[in-house]
Amino acid sequence: MSLWKIAWRFIQQRALASCLTAVSMAIGVTLVVTVLVAYSVVDRFFRHSAQGYDMIIGATKGGRLQLVLNTVYHLSQPVENLPYEYYKEFLNDEHHRGRFSSSVDVAVPLCLGDSYEQFRVVGTTPAMFEVWEPYQKYEFAQGRNFEHEHFFEGVIGSIVAHSTGLKVGDTFQPTHGIESEDGHKHDAFTVVGILQPTGTPNDRAIFINMEGFYLLRGHAKEEVAPGLVPGGPEADHDTDHEHEHDEPAMRAGTTDAHRHDEHGDHDHDHGANEAEHHHSHTPLPESQREVTAILVRTTGPIVAMELRRAINKGNEAQAVLPGVEINQLLESIVGNLRLLLLALAVLTVIVAGIGIMVSIYNSMSDRRRDIAVMRALGARRATVLNVILLESTLLSLGGGLGGWLLGHALIAAASPWVLAYTGFAMGAVSFTWQELVLLPALIVLATLVGYLPALDGYRTDVAKALTASP
Amino acid sequence: MLRLTNVQKSFSEPDGSRLPILDIARFEVAAAEQMVLVGRSGCGKTTLLHIIAGISRPDSGSVEVNGLDITRLPEAGRDRFRAENMGYVFQTFNLLPGFSALENVVLGMSFARDRADVARAKALLDRVGLGHRLTHKPAMLSVGEQQRVAVARALANRPKLLLADEPTANVDARNQQQIIDLIRQTCGEEQVALVLVTHTPEVAQQFERVERLDEFNQAMAAA
Repeated sequence: MSLWKIAWRFIQQRALASCLTAVSMAIGVTLVVTVLVAYSVVDRFFRHSAQGYDMIIGATKGGRLQLVLNTVYHLSQPVENLPYEYYKEFLNDEHHRGRFSSSVDVAVPLCLGDSYEQFRVVGTTPAMFEVWEPYQKYEFAQGRNFEHEHFFEGVIGSIVAHSTGLKVGDTFQPTHGIESEDGHKHDAFTVVGILQPTGTPNDRAIFINMEGFYLLRGHAKEEVAPGLVPGGPEADHDTDHEHEHDEPAMRAGTTDAHRHDEHGDHDHDHGANEAEHHHSHTPLPESQREVTAILVRTTGPIVAMELRRAINKGNEAQAVLPGVEINQLLESIVGNLRLLLLALAVLTVIVAGIGIMVSIYNSMSDRRRDIAVMRALGARRATVLNVILLESTLLSLGGGLGGWLLGHALIAAASPWVLAYTGFAMGAVSFTWQELVLLPALIVLATLVGYLPALDGYRTDVAKALTASP
Repeated sequence: MLRLTNVQKSFSEPDGSRLPILDIARFEVAAAEQMVLVGRSGCGKTTLLHIIAGISRPDSGSVEVNGLDITRLPEAGRDRFRAENMGYVFQTFNLLPGFSALENVVLGMSFARDRADVARAKALLDRVGLGHRLTHKPAMLSVGEQQRVAVARALANRPKLLLADEPTANVDARNQQQIIDLIRQTCGEEQVALVLVTHTPEVAQQFERVERLDEFNQAMAAA
């Protein structure tokens, strides 16, 4: 009979205590697994989200992290806008060769500041879904990309489609502002495409044609009088109107003199027919345009550093490297949180281990005679020691295996819910390499906690135990 | 087969003095011999069995089994020697409660060098009339059945010497005789030497050789 089987029989002999200690170990390991997997998913989500571009250009106002949060993750509030002219410095076409264009492969503008239900609305160009391959590929589950000429078309992320029920052909009216209850409703856009899930924050975003975005009420920048700096304090002061704009895209030198005035009052709801009607609009002049951020893929890492230095040297804009910001965010905030949660979870495992030690140790007085009988049958002291260590190991590993399965079952069960509400694609089966550490860690813990009762068994006085009254 | 020479054993008293328990100049048992050891309570019968089995070490003297002085072996060596050469039947059966009848017998083979012979364990249980109760836990067996399992366990490893410490003390008269018959018959068939401690005259009188420990134990004689 193997020592494993002997240990297992001893465990069965005190089934209730064994179960309770194994369950406590399972709870601890469940916590560890959940923290590890959840963090790896968050980590992957954050790092995976900024794929295809290596630099984000935004206004100098506001922090670098804030720029990354509101452009990549659609979180936080956009702070300030850049003049459209500045965006053009990254472009290179037959009419214009921007001063940064030689360092840039791709530059995609983003205009932020509107929302639909709980989702952010992003004004951009069709290039948003075409230029990031091979790093990020956007595919359409239904429909197609919006077209430059069709100003009031939009594309929605998979979670938006699932949550709002919007389908291709449906219309929606963005609300002016973010998380603003009193923002007015904009003109309607038509959904022309629904993106395949990407596992990025873009699943929770609505992308509309930037040309249509500019034509929405309050999105056109006021023509700047000579001597005034666009977006400067004077311009701000001069832009009071009846709307309380809670986001900078609207605040920086904007007026109500938008391009729809010629079509009358826009406070009423617009239907699909009206969306069609917008196709005949004239684009907003460039002098009245702004962008909130520019996603840039440079021609190489060294170029990226030089470009970043050149941009940050001036006071017109700031360039941030999303990878660096995300890394800092993960290490400084998320990483510490993970460390704290992991420490608590590991503490739970250690407490469970101590529970195993106490349970086995308390059983030793009842098992003294059994141990003495084993010794009388020829078992060595070391054999007794090993049996008790194996008992501790079986309880730890059994509980640990149960906890591991439970942890992954919880993650699998929570996965659809987390995806729907946060956009974090956890996947039904997510593993991290750190989980492999659990096996040796549990064996070491089992050995440590089993050692005291094992030593007690090792020291059993056989003759005394055999002659003691049963 | 078994020879004790000048074996002395004493225990510490609470006041630090030594209490002599055994002082045996010579004690021998031949191969396959069956003998009974009797004596009043406290005369050192169980201590003597422990010393023969190598569970306890004498203060002095030698215990030779088939020419090997086991007192010279380290504890682990004595354990291994006991596992491979001796069987032990206890007064209180001492079956492990979490193990089935078969597992209790197999356990008796598990600490020797050779692999446990499950077929022999089953055969032994069959021989003691428990072939149909292999998977029963001790609590599901009668007192007599438990002691028969204990006998099977003691013989599982084909020992050369069987030590039985009042094996019938806790069983009724009918079971008592069955157990004695079982032990004697099995030891006879397998050529196992038997040292059986008993308080029961009916048991003792069935053996040709009966030794009174308090007569040849000088420690008790002195007391």
